[in-house]
Amino acid sequence: MASSMLSLGSTSLLPREINKDKLKLRTSGSNPFLKAKSISRVTMSVAVKPSRFEGITMAPPDPILGVSEAFKADTNELKLNLGVGAYRTEELQPYVLNVVKKAENLMLERGDNKEYLPIEGLAAFNKATAELLFGAGHPVIKEQKVATIQGLSGTGSLRLAAALIERYFPGAKVLISAPTWGNHKNIFNDAKVPWSEYRYYDPKTIGLDFEGMIADIKEAPEGSFILLHGCAHNPTGIDPTPEQWVQIADVIQEKNHIPFFDVAYQGFASGSLDEDAASVRLFAERGMEFFVAQSYSKNLGLYAERIGAINVVCSSADAATRVKSQLKRIARPMYSNPPVHGARIVANVVGDATMFNEWKAEMEMMAGRIKTVRQKLYDSLVSKDKSGKDWSFILKQIGMFSFTGLNKAQSDNMTNKWHVYMTKDGRISLAGLSMAKCEYLADAIIDSYHNALLYWETPIEL
Amino acid sequence: MDSVFSNVDRAPEDPILGVTVAYNNDPSPAKLNLGVGAYRTEEGKPLVLDVVRRAEQQLVNDPSRVKEYIPIAGLADFNKLSAKLILGADSPAIQESRVATIQCLSGTGSLRVGAEFLKKHYHQSVIFIPKPTWGNHPKVFNLAGLSVEYYRYYDPATRGLDFQGLLEDLGAAPSGAIVLLHACAHNPTGVDPTPEEWEQIRQLIRSKSLLPFFDSAYQGFASGSLDTDAHSVRTFVADGGECLIAQSYAKNMGLYGERVGALSIVCKSADVASKVESQVKLVVRPMYSSPPIHGASIVATILKNSDMYNDWTIELKGMADRIISMRQQLFDALKAKGTPGDWSHIIKQIGMFTFTGLNKEQVVFMTKEYHIYMTSDGRISMAGLSTKTVPHLVEAIHAAVTRVD
Repeated sequence: MASSMLSLGSTSLLPREINKDKLKLRTSGSNPFLKAKSISRVTMSVAVKPSRFEGITMAPPDPILGVSEAFKADTNELKLNLGVGAYRTEELQPYVLNVVKKAENLMLERGDNKEYLPIEGLAAFNKATAELLFGAGHPVIKEQKVATIQGLSGTGSLRLAAALIERYFPGAKVLISAPTWGNHKNIFNDAKVPWSEYRYYDPKTIGLDFEGMIADIKEAPEGSFILLHGCAHNPTGIDPTPEQWVQIADVIQEKNHIPFFDVAYQGFASGSLDEDAASVRLFAERGMEFFVAQSYSKNLGLYAERIGAINVVCSSADAATRVKSQLKRIARPMYSNPPVHGARIVANVVGDATMFNEWKAEMEMMAGRIKTVRQKLYDSLVSKDKSGKDWSFILKQIGMFSFTGLNKAQSDNMTNKWHVYMTKDGRISLAGLSMAKCEYLADAIIDSYHNALLYWETPIEL
Repeated sequence: MDSVFSNVDRAPEDPILGVTVAYNNDPSPAKLNLGVGAYRTEEGKPLVLDVVRRAEQQLVNDPSRVKEYIPIAGLADFNKLSAKLILGADSPAIQESRVATIQCLSGTGSLRVGAEFLKKHYHQSVIFIPKPTWGNHPKVFNLAGLSVEYYRYYDPATRGLDFQGLLEDLGAAPSGAIVLLHACAHNPTGVDPTPEEWEQIRQLIRSKSLLPFFDSAYQGFASGSLDTDAHSVRTFVADGGECLIAQSYAKNMGLYGERVGALSIVCKSADVASKVESQVKLVVRPMYSSPPIHGASIVATILKNSDMYNDWTIELKGMADRIISMRQQLFDALKAKGTPGDWSHIIKQIGMFTFTGLNKEQVVFMTKEYHIYMTSDGRISMAGLSTKTVPHLVEAIHAAVTRVD
């Protein structure tokens, strides 16, 4: 804990300089302050009580959100932000869906009030979100076996589930993919849920290490939670095939594990809401009990509104009722009840046939742009790189992100030399890429892959 | 199939929010909801402030508005304006950049994030809270990992403040303990310390190095004046010491469901404040990543526009005045009826709530026989009362007091 004297220095002084000044004051024979009349007041202010937070260190910037901050600070005109996963138009502008603007105008015209929502959130939203996920009329919904509560986007929904796991499955572990979204481990850490990794990404193929994944899931203690990305795996963009999903379900059932889906891209990955929910629905078909966290940040562009849901599929309506009541008990001391605005937008869009169709069209457009840009990036890489490296992984991956296979040093080169901002794990957000910038990006990737060497690391070899 | 959730019990309804659930289920036309603290007009309707509608219209019409993630700590201008609102624009703490302000989910979210931060970074993990206090307080602090102790506050004999008990209990607290203080309009009792009593509390807290954590949910809503209602907080900050403040815009801007609030941590130096803010962000990111934009944008729009700000203060005073008027009407009506007991506490207490002094049995009776919904501790929300409904409430109280012990 830093000494109280250090806190008196101005922030512009180096610690050494501060020490020197304080030493002078302490060891000097004549203290000028003693000559002052109002001794007690002055000596009191000098011997000021230290801050109770003196020992607190500066936390490092969030690795993902910190990328955007660094990008903003860069003045180079060639700069490209492939950091945070927010959709950008071809003009690299943020995009508010037309159907969202429509819904907001409608809400304003109607003069909706701003009363507290129930702890579990907006009923119309909860109904709509479960139906979107499972399909309206799905048995789990008809039989009321799903406990759904509105959460603060994906993060908040994951956190509620993690808290439930900590309370009711003490000692149970969550298995997360290696790699996974950087915030997953923070969520489980803060919720005090132990976690470990299952193999997922294979750097040799820049694809799925399926055998490793199955082996690790098999090896986990019975009744473990398995965190699965419903579609468009973040950060790799690598999804299991439908056949592989079947095998994953088999091994999870075999070991009585509990699947825990993170669905942040339904509709945004393939362009089809139903197609992107296939993995979740496969598990529902099996009659399994499992968790699904949903987010509307990307597919409805509602990032800042923080709208999502946690769904818990149970084996009975009674269990679902009990689980829902306990989720509420977790939400109440966290934030009492969730924000109404985003929930109303979703409920309005999904609840109106015209708006729902408009949404689907806009979603197809967004997913379509990303697919087009993947193709262009691939074409640019193939035409520019003469080394014969196989870049096809770019086309096989899906969703907003691509794992380029670049290591930290290579990623650093992307930023330092080419002003391309990305996360250090080699992840780029294709949502932040325009057709116009594909060739520049291809140049950057090729240069970084072949030329950026870390002294203790060699470039990835195929 | 055996459910993995077999050991999950059904949780009871939240005692406060559960009152509204029960009210909604009651078919009686005479029913009265004096449960949850949400303002109602004289016609018994929820109110969206005019100035809030205007701000919203402005936002929705602005073609340059986007829905990108806002920073983990929230909207910068919202944070600055919120700190100014509670501390005063001329606060030296603000001028010296010693205040870390983080947008949070209304009062609850601000309290929870502040508590989690303290659990991680403060050397003391005990918090002293008044007895009684808002029902959700102990849960918020417990789940954050703090241990909860109580200090005496409400004196049922006087229906006022047990000041001696408060001083004794805080005087016996371990050095450095955290102390929860309701900035104004104590919930559920409506009993606030006088300015002189606040000064003694401040001196005691500072002499024992206790760490104040203010819950400010009613600034402007209690007396009608934003400055008056911030007085307690400002005297603490003026002495140069540190404190935490949880602010809510649920009541004073009627933004309940938008979940807008702010956590401010007043520190000894700008350097500490900056580090503190960085650490609070680490609490937020695994909880919900970043806060919701809509409510905070409305607040910022209003606070930064002097016309809108003035209009807000007028509407705010209107709400506060109506509640003060309801207090007077209820008191006068009980006196006129000759209901046994001293009901002067109704006009001495301040804010949205009145601690009637009615016991659990009397409350149950009032709900069953008169369809009056309120929390079982005898708390009624004055905001839910109107000139039309005062007589019905008086009947119910009279009956309860004369027929039920």
